[in-house]
Amino acid sequence: MSTVEHTAVRGGALAGAVPAMRRFRDQSPHWFLLLGMMLAALVMMDFTTWLVLTLSGAAMGAMLFLMASGMTLTFGLMNVLNLAHGAFISLGAYAGATVLLFWMNDQASASSVWLNLASVIPALLFAVLVASLIGWVFEKLVIKPVYGDHLKQILVTVGGSIILMQLIEVVWGSNEIPVPRPEAFSGAVVVAGIALEKYRLLSVVLGLLVYALMTWIIERTRVGILIRAGVEDREMVEVQGYRVHLLFLGVFIAGSALAGLGGAMWAMYEELITAHMGDELMISVVVVIILGGLGSIKGCFFGAILVGLINLYVGFLEPRLAAVATVGLMVAVLMWRPQGLIPVIRV
Amino acid sequence: MTMDANLKPALRLTGVHANIDQYHILEGVDLVVPKGELTVLLGRNGAGKSTTLRTIMGLTTVKAGQIRFGEQDITGWATPRIARCGIAFVPEHMGVFGQLTVRENLVLAAVSGVMDEGRLAWLLDLFPPLKKFWDRPAGNLSGGQKQMLAIGRAVIEPRELLLIDEPTKGLAPAIINDLADALEQLKAEKVTILLVEQNFAFSRRLGQSVAVMNDGRVVHTGSMADLANDEALQHRLLGLGLGEHQ
Repeated sequence: MSTVEHTAVRGGALAGAVPAMRRFRDQSPHWFLLLGMMLAALVMMDFTTWLVLTLSGAAMGAMLFLMASGMTLTFGLMNVLNLAHGAFISLGAYAGATVLLFWMNDQASASSVWLNLASVIPALLFAVLVASLIGWVFEKLVIKPVYGDHLKQILVTVGGSIILMQLIEVVWGSNEIPVPRPEAFSGAVVVAGIALEKYRLLSVVLGLLVYALMTWIIERTRVGILIRAGVEDREMVEVQGYRVHLLFLGVFIAGSALAGLGGAMWAMYEELITAHMGDELMISVVVVIILGGLGSIKGCFFGAILVGLINLYVGFLEPRLAAVATVGLMVAVLMWRPQGLIPVIRV
Repeated sequence: MTMDANLKPALRLTGVHANIDQYHILEGVDLVVPKGELTVLLGRNGAGKSTTLRTIMGLTTVKAGQIRFGEQDITGWATPRIARCGIAFVPEHMGVFGQLTVRENLVLAAVSGVMDEGRLAWLLDLFPPLKKFWDRPAGNLSGGQKQMLAIGRAVIEPRELLLIDEPTKGLAPAIINDLADALEQLKAEKVTILLVEQNFAFSRRLGQSVAVMNDGRVVHTGSMADLANDEALQHRLLGLGLGEHQ
């Protein structure tokens, strides 16, 4: 502290701020990048626009986080590249939409918040259920035979993904399906003269809840300790007497469930679903997990928010660059930190 | 060549063969580990000592032969199952989880889910640095402290057999001494220990029985006292004038 003050006296406020800034950049690269991006955007637009875009970006990021967190865990724990993860996103979207469209049609169009929740919650739960069940079968049939071989994993999971998406078309048809967003979550709330979309607020809240829950499980519970230990050294976890494969199966199912949850949320956000929506989202998902540092939940969360924000900011400032911006962000971060924002250290 | 007839073997390997990739590492290992004793497994680099421990633990597949633990035939069992029947393994690289705190490392090692307070107190008394660095990531510990954690992890719950691979490797003499004291204590508790070691002074101080390996086979078994007193035998088995280095 005294050094900082000393420098500040000699060289003015800026001279003290630079090393402090540098320390902040190196110690919390995720916060540094997030705040930096938000500030840069704020300079380039008026406050109201900025706030609306930030909320939308955060909402998109929160949904991306749901979709990406499962994949990053699967990779981190078992070194498995599951490129069929996108199919689980689609699956969740269709499962959620099915509940919304057919079973709960009356509640979904009703305007009472509680009746709406009574349709949204079962829709999300059903998405989670379907995705986890298929995830369980998928792990047994497709993933288990190809442990330890990335090339085979890529080939086999891409194949599995095609099959899953074709199965979706068999069950639900190949046309796009419009998904009704429940009345109570459509429209906006007006805060200080700024209209904030309700559904986006809901997404952010849900994303934060899932992030908090996952962080709690990973940091505080015994299962979390096991997962962290497994990421580091699988063999030693077995030596302690734990069956790593069961742990991995659990994580894989949870990851599929989260993909399903994210997919269902995305379905209500876009209000239109196709069997291939998961494939389109996979590009962002892969960017998010690489950007965040493969295997890191925290990195995944920040990566997702960053991707969401840059999409919206750049989409507003220069729409033609929006698609480039996401990949550009990844390239820039990797040049700065080749292991991603928050790397998981392996021994 | 005979073991003390009064002692039932804790572990018995009969004609065990094992490969690592295409290399035939164990070529018919016959080994008896007497119950309640500390047995040292000696031999040159590449003799197959570490592979023997890994094979007992189920980490290397048994191609032929049999491994009996007490009354059970554990040949071909999966590692977690072997661990749960009371065998703990401290590998050469110690296998401490560096991202986890000392506490978390021990929490995981207590497979039953709860750490016995009395036993934990005893353990922290045995290895005081573990108490000092209780909530720090194990990756920040020194080599000797990591070794203490690795052994501590193995004995956080009562085990029937400890397999310890070269605990003194790379450690300063003062720390080796501390480790020897700790192992003496475990010996006094009548824990069966199979110790792979290159440091003969350390082995001689701790070992009761000894087995010497060469080229994937056990070529000598007997009491440590006999080997320690017979320099010619040491020369022949280990190829070193070990007596001169004491």
